[in-house]
Amino acid sequence: MTEIQMTVNGKAVRGTVEGRTLLVNFLREDLRLTGTHVGCDTSQCGACTVHVNGVSVKACTMLAAEADGADVRTIEGMAAADGTLSNLQQAFQDHHGLQCGFCTPGMVMTAAALLKENPKPTEAEVRQYLEGNICRCTGYHNIVKAILAASGQDVSAIAAE
Amino acid sequence: MYAFDFEKPSSIAEAVAALKDEDAQALSGGQTLLPTLKQRLASPSKLVSLGGIAEMQGICHNDAGQICIGAATPHARVAAEVAANYPALAALAGGIGDPAVRNRGTIGGSLANNDPSACYPSAALASGAVIVTNARQIAADDYFQGMFATALEEGEIITEVRFPVPQSAAYVKFEQPASRFALVGVFVARFADGVRVAVTGASENGVFRWAEAEAALSANFAADALDGLALPADGMIADLHGSAAYRAHLVGVLTKRAVTNAA
Ligand SMILES: Cc1cc2nc3c(=O)[nH]c(=O)nc-3n(C[C@H](O)[C@H](O)[C@H](O)COP(=O)(O)OP(=O)(O)OC[C@H]3O[C@@H](n4cnc5c(N)ncnc54)[C@H](O)[C@@H]3O)c2cc1C
Ligand code: FES
Ligand code: FES
Repeated sequence: MTEIQMTVNGKAVRGTVEGRTLLVNFLREDLRLTGTHVGCDTSQCGACTVHVNGVSVKACTMLAAEADGADVRTIEGMAAADGTLSNLQQAFQDHHGLQCGFCTPGMVMTAAALLKENPKPTEAEVRQYLEGNICRCTGYHNIVKAILAASGQDVSAIAAE
Repeated sequence: MYAFDFEKPSSIAEAVAALKDEDAQALSGGQTLLPTLKQRLASPSKLVSLGGIAEMQGICHNDAGQICIGAATPHARVAAEVAANYPALAALAGGIGDPAVRNRGTIGGSLANNDPSACYPSAALASGAVIVTNARQIAADDYFQGMFATALEEGEIITEVRFPVPQSAAYVKFEQPASRFALVGVFVARFADGVRVAVTGASENGVFRWAEAEAALSANFAADALDGLALPADGMIADLHGSAAYRAHLVGVLTKRAVTNAA
């Protein structure tokens, strides 16, 4: 067993984990932050995407022990303390960027990483950046639209499909 | 995953010592190893993380004009930091998997694994890169020894990869859309003393150099110099994504595209 400590959504946390404990299991089972989802557990779907030291990673493909000392941000850290959604989350709601919502935490975390790197992406850049995030419901169109809207671009010309 | 111990040394020497334990294995970005362990295809007693070793991170230039990349440098950093000096290599790194994979996966892990469909082996072989380990320097021509096989000894770790920079180069990957690995990928590098062509994703023996194409392109660096050249389907990978003949054909098509992009 290994002692680990890290900052999660601005709060210092610690825990004791096995070598094989995945970051996503530490977040969901030890910290009870169940917003981060496990869709595939094979590094393909991106539902488990969180930020570690400012960049997106698949929390199902990183050991909890590797995040010792790291600054971690999950979907729970995206809204304000009073529950007000972030601009990006609100855009997902406004543009119907989700149906069942299972992929949404990962989509939002990946989109947030994109907008940090590239504040005004083109539609093609958004689609390219979402390559590692799979959605079984929406057909991606409204997800892309929500992200473009959150970047402050006019999406009125993008027809709903 | 079977249970294992976890260790995170902060120097190459400590990592090499930790890897002497029976069934200890190096862990770099984990983007290949962790999925493998989840399938219980391996059962190391201990994983030795290379992620805490500062001397294995980052990119620099040496006096010989080579780009030196620390083995634990993630793909995203290579994509960003070699864009100005070796754009074809940066583009290759920036086309691996997806953003989250590129933030964790490393060049050392990719070369150590030598997946027959991985991207980096083609860049290393076409560039004539030098694989530096804790013990020695290995020329790319001697390093790749078939599917998932390399010249690395038990417990030996890649610490750095040195790339000579060609006059021009390009990598073209025909992506297998589900895995995002190369169904076939071709890296063409043109140096003052000749052209090198390395092919990944195609052969059952892993990455290889296409000698006939190199000879033709060294004489005339143009896509039509390859007219009439073809690889036999023998020894090519055949799976549900493509037959051996299809892959052999793709090598020719992609090599032409790479030459056009590099010209
Ligand atoms: C969804 C997805 C898509 C991907 N798409 C692509 C793609 O398009 N193209 C591509 O090329 N790859 C792709 N990959 C693989 C990815 O690039 C991996 O990051 C890479 O193959 C392995 O690097 P790693 O740092 O993650 O190594 P790890 O998984 O940590 O290790 C892999 C192996 O190498 C050994 N090892 C690691 N580092 C060293 C070292 N320095 N010295 C000696 N041995 C070492 C380990 O013991 C292990 O056996 C993809 C992976 C995923 C999950
Ligand atoms: S659960 Fe991590 S990528 Fe699907
Ligand atoms: S909204 Fe259901 S998987 Fe994306």
